[in-house]
Amino acid sequence: MVKTILSQVKEFKKDSLLTPACMVLEVVMEMVIPLLMAAIIDNGVEKGDMPYIYKTGAIMVGLAVFGLAAGMLGAKYAARASTGLAKNLRMAMFDNIQGFSFANIDKFSTAGLVTRLTTDVTNIQNAYQMILRMCVRAPFSMVIAMIMAFWINAKLASIYLVAVVLLGASLFFIMGKATRYFKQIFPKYDDMNASVQENVSAIRVVKAYVREGYENGRFTKASGNIYKMFSKAENILTWNAPLMQVTVYGCILAISWLGAKMIVTDALTTGQLMSLMAYCMNILMSLMMLSMIFVMVTMSTASAERIAEVIQEESTLSNPSDPIREVPDGSIVFDHVDFAYRENSGEPVLKDISLHIHAGETIGIIGGTGSAKSSLVSLVSRLYDVTGGSVSVGGINVKEYDMEQLRNQVAVVLQKNVLFSGTILENLRWGDKNATKEECVRACQMACADEFIQQLPDKYDTYIEQGGSNVSGGQKQRLCIARALLKKPKILILDDSTSAVDTATDSKIRKAFATEIPNTTKLIIAQRISSVQDADRIIVMDKGRVAAFGTHGELLETSEIYRDVYESQTGGGGDFDEEGGGR
Amino acid sequence: MAGIGKEKQQQAGEKKEGRPTGHRALKPRIKNPGKLFSRLMKYILAKYKFHLLLVVVGIFVGVLANVQGTLFMQTLIDVYILPMVGAKEPDFAPLAAAILRVGMFYGIGALSTWMYNRVMVKVTQGTLRDLRDDMFTHMESLPVKYFDTHAHGDIMSVYTNDIDTLRQMISQSMPQLLSSVIMVVSILASMFILSVPLTFATLLMVGIMLFATKSYAGRSGKYFIAQQKEIGRVNGYIEEMMEGQKVVKVFCHEEESRERFRELNDSLFVSADNANKFANMLGPVNAQLGNLSYVACAILGGILAMNQTGGFTLGGLASFLTFNRSFNMPISQVSQQLNSVVMAMAGAERIFALLDEEPETDGGYVTLVNAKREQGKLVESKERTGLWAWKHFHQADGTTDYIELTGDVVFDGVDFGYNPEKIVLHDVKMYANAGQKIAFVGSTGAGKTTITNLINRFYDIQDGKIRYDGININKIKKADLRRSLGIVLQDTHLFTDTVMENIRYGKLDASDEEVIAAAKLANADQFIRRLPEGYHTMLTGDGANLSQGQRQLLAIARAAVADPPVLILDEATSSIDTRTERLVQDGMDKLMQGRTTFVIAHRLSTVKNSDCIMVLEKGRVIERGTHEELIGQQGRYYQLYTGKTPGLGAAAEE
Repeated sequence: MVKTILSQVKEFKKDSLLTPACMVLEVVMEMVIPLLMAAIIDNGVEKGDMPYIYKTGAIMVGLAVFGLAAGMLGAKYAARASTGLAKNLRMAMFDNIQGFSFANIDKFSTAGLVTRLTTDVTNIQNAYQMILRMCVRAPFSMVIAMIMAFWINAKLASIYLVAVVLLGASLFFIMGKATRYFKQIFPKYDDMNASVQENVSAIRVVKAYVREGYENGRFTKASGNIYKMFSKAENILTWNAPLMQVTVYGCILAISWLGAKMIVTDALTTGQLMSLMAYCMNILMSLMMLSMIFVMVTMSTASAERIAEVIQEESTLSNPSDPIREVPDGSIVFDHVDFAYRENSGEPVLKDISLHIHAGETIGIIGGTGSAKSSLVSLVSRLYDVTGGSVSVGGINVKEYDMEQLRNQVAVVLQKNVLFSGTILENLRWGDKNATKEECVRACQMACADEFIQQLPDKYDTYIEQGGSNVSGGQKQRLCIARALLKKPKILILDDSTSAVDTATDSKIRKAFATEIPNTTKLIIAQRISSVQDADRIIVMDKGRVAAFGTHGELLETSEIYRDVYESQTGGGGDFDEEGGGR
Repeated sequence: MAGIGKEKQQQAGEKKEGRPTGHRALKPRIKNPGKLFSRLMKYILAKYKFHLLLVVVGIFVGVLANVQGTLFMQTLIDVYILPMVGAKEPDFAPLAAAILRVGMFYGIGALSTWMYNRVMVKVTQGTLRDLRDDMFTHMESLPVKYFDTHAHGDIMSVYTNDIDTLRQMISQSMPQLLSSVIMVVSILASMFILSVPLTFATLLMVGIMLFATKSYAGRSGKYFIAQQKEIGRVNGYIEEMMEGQKVVKVFCHEEESRERFRELNDSLFVSADNANKFANMLGPVNAQLGNLSYVACAILGGILAMNQTGGFTLGGLASFLTFNRSFNMPISQVSQQLNSVVMAMAGAERIFALLDEEPETDGGYVTLVNAKREQGKLVESKERTGLWAWKHFHQADGTTDYIELTGDVVFDGVDFGYNPEKIVLHDVKMYANAGQKIAFVGSTGAGKTTITNLINRFYDIQDGKIRYDGININKIKKADLRRSLGIVLQDTHLFTDTVMENIRYGKLDASDEEVIAAAKLANADQFIRRLPEGYHTMLTGDGANLSQGQRQLLAIARAAVADPPVLILDEATSSIDTRTERLVQDGMDKLMQGRTTFVIAHRLSTVKNSDCIMVLEKGRVIERGTHEELIGQQGRYYQLYTGKTPGLGAAAEE
């Protein structure tokens, strides 16, 4: 996991290495200064050697400036390395997600992917910066200070050694314990946020059932739990500061006492005593810093894991080694197809499906909630792989095609369809990058979208907001159909794509299909019997099986389910459109 | 030796500042930050007055212990060590006593540091909890309009980002600012006592430090704002693409979206790099300026000590230099904390804005009670009798009426608009007699859903009257009004919980058997049993693992278990296939026998068997009657139902 993350440092390796180098320089400067201080007092002040003071002072100023330069460079490299890593991580994830199959996408939720690309990356960026700046600096500073201290007076300095061991052990013990708590808190925290979110979006349900009090009670309990857990964790951390103080104070007093004795017996100078005191802070602060890095790193491991998961995810679908690039015709054959979204998930979604569909046929598909209509058609353009049997298009198994070519020639209008922010024309050209405006208009006329586009102020240059929020449901569906038509596909699949379009327009679109693209095979999933009844043949799906397959007339005779649906919608199944609202 | 616990916090502060998360972290301007701050303090003080007093005392004692320790450096060298040098038989007893005394003070200091840290945890966590609870409770009391007019993501971020900024401020910045101030004052005083000229030298350096901080903070602030903008853009693109990832696949648009993302990502990198660079530099700049100040004082002090100017001694210099160090630290801490205080004020502004939202008002006094008949008269009953009554207290003569709830709903000349300028419903008249099934049909935007929003008073009407069993609904207590109406909404919402609990939401004390019976009635039992753990399957992410149709069945079951006197189904079966829908309807019809049901649908087969069908168009009722009557009228309903009339498309279109 760490390897996966670090492999994305790439071009920022130089910055990543220079940051700790600069930090080391900065530390050296910081260390040398107290040493010179002692020299000034001992050799300069006490001997009344003014030139010595000036000379040493000048060196000190020079070193401080040098330290400043090192510090600023370190800051610069650290920023570059960490934001660069963040950039590469985002790109790597986004890149890999583009290669995901539908099954991969299903595995990660949309919200989950967004969090990984945003919050998790930010966490890693911060942790990485911290590590670069402190991970070398802190121990280095500690070691140097220690060496200096020993150099000045080994006997006194050994007090620090004892202090470091004692304080280090207790700090890591405290931090380890607190981290365990923190790790438990974060999921709870997410849960609480999720419950707020649920209440915000489902406020109508809450209010309709007068459940405000109930929800308040639940929330108070959840937030009370978080309060308790957080207090526990932070109470452990409150030991840090006094522990640190006790150690530092202890060291100071011990050195004062022993140092005084040594000075009296001329074994130590006052300047040296002061330097020793200064190193005391350096050593123990570095230790504190290390323990904090430890906490931060453990906390960011969760983010690292989640990012690594995305980067390492391999697409469940892959192109064959020698792919076929041309789909000969629009015939479709299902040969004893079994399909499940997840392997070993018990009951398969589709069971033993065998179908022969000729090129140019119009096939209606109808069936109850959860009867696997969408699953059936998603196999045609190899959005998923079958778990048993085979699906062939144009007489060739779909697994042998180049996936991109297959999907270009088998156009799907998904049930949950999406328009992207951009003009209508830009959206249409998703279907064909090089489509002329005339071609776009032609496709829109077929999909009955032209009529409303012409009424928009900017016509085809109207800007569509994110998610297509400024067009109505029916308008969106028609744009999506037009977009798919621009691919000039051999097979066109409409997955309940006219549910929000009124009956009359719906039938107009179907008529246009019949006359304009007669050679394209059309698979039309619908709830409305009127949408499918004039299809060449109709598939009736029931609980993952083909219950019946035939013409409208035949099915009325033979299929009880079909007859039932038909009767429940008799009278032509008139429908109020979802159109023309004030949008 | 000062501020040992503080430097840890300084680091934590530094870490947070470099953090580009909080989305609106760098809002350009906050109105009245002083007022906000005092309001926040009042909020904290209201509950934690005593605690905060302890904290102040604790900090004070801690700082004093520190300062006395630093002062001891002087006496150590001047009073104890130097006289002993050269003495034949040095007497260490006074030194031992002094060290013991100082040690005791140190001990007290450490103890009080621990104490105030601990109290601070309680104050911080307690305040955050109180704020969250208050916000949530208040939010639940807000009118539906609030949720309709505020972006949900925005409301959410108050609970996350804004509360987070406060956590940092209360737990870190506040005690730190406090101790910094105490420390600066006491050190300054001590420094003046030790040496006036050196103090001025130190102050000069401090001035430079502050100036540097200001100019750096200004520059990094500019870049941070740019960064926030870029982050917003990248996040927006990510959200859009992740949402439409399947469409991207179907259209083989991967390369294009990669390209676009690369562009956005690169420009985010540039601004993030700059923002972080300047934020990072603040630390070393201040540190080295501090070092320079140290050096300057050393030289100056060295000269002074050598010349014995004004009785300045070597020990004095030692102490002064330590002070110099201690003095620089709080100054640079304050400068770094200021940023987080500003961010917290932006957070506080939004938190208080939520808390200041007007809650839903309720002037109703008529309540809903269970009732039973005794000698032909309605009286209140403790148990659920299946018979409900409105308890209407008349203030004028002090009498109480019981009116049976029958579900008789009358709209009389109702006008309504979500905002007053744009009226959505015009002069709507409607009579639903008790026990009837009333249907609303019409295209989107015709005002069907709006009518349900009015019956349960999610919104209040502008003009006209709505009467429920003859009572103006404004007189009925909102909670009771809503309790009397079972509503299945167009958008189903499920909660993170088991299927069982989600259905039970309709009636909290329903037994498992009641829940299952309701599920059977809604025709949901079958598919629930096929779920991995049946009724105990956990639903997450608003029931993401269920199909839209299945979610609707659960929502209907939820209404069924509530067993309401009046039921409103708002496109409740739109994603359910027509066969299942019929089964569901049969079940609901059975349940609602003798009770009023409102059905909203655009699928005509859903409403065919209603007692009265209202055809809405552009906020007006244009036709009303039974299915047969409307067919007979050969109006709009007839056209839509038969689909025969030419030119229908155009008519339906608008």
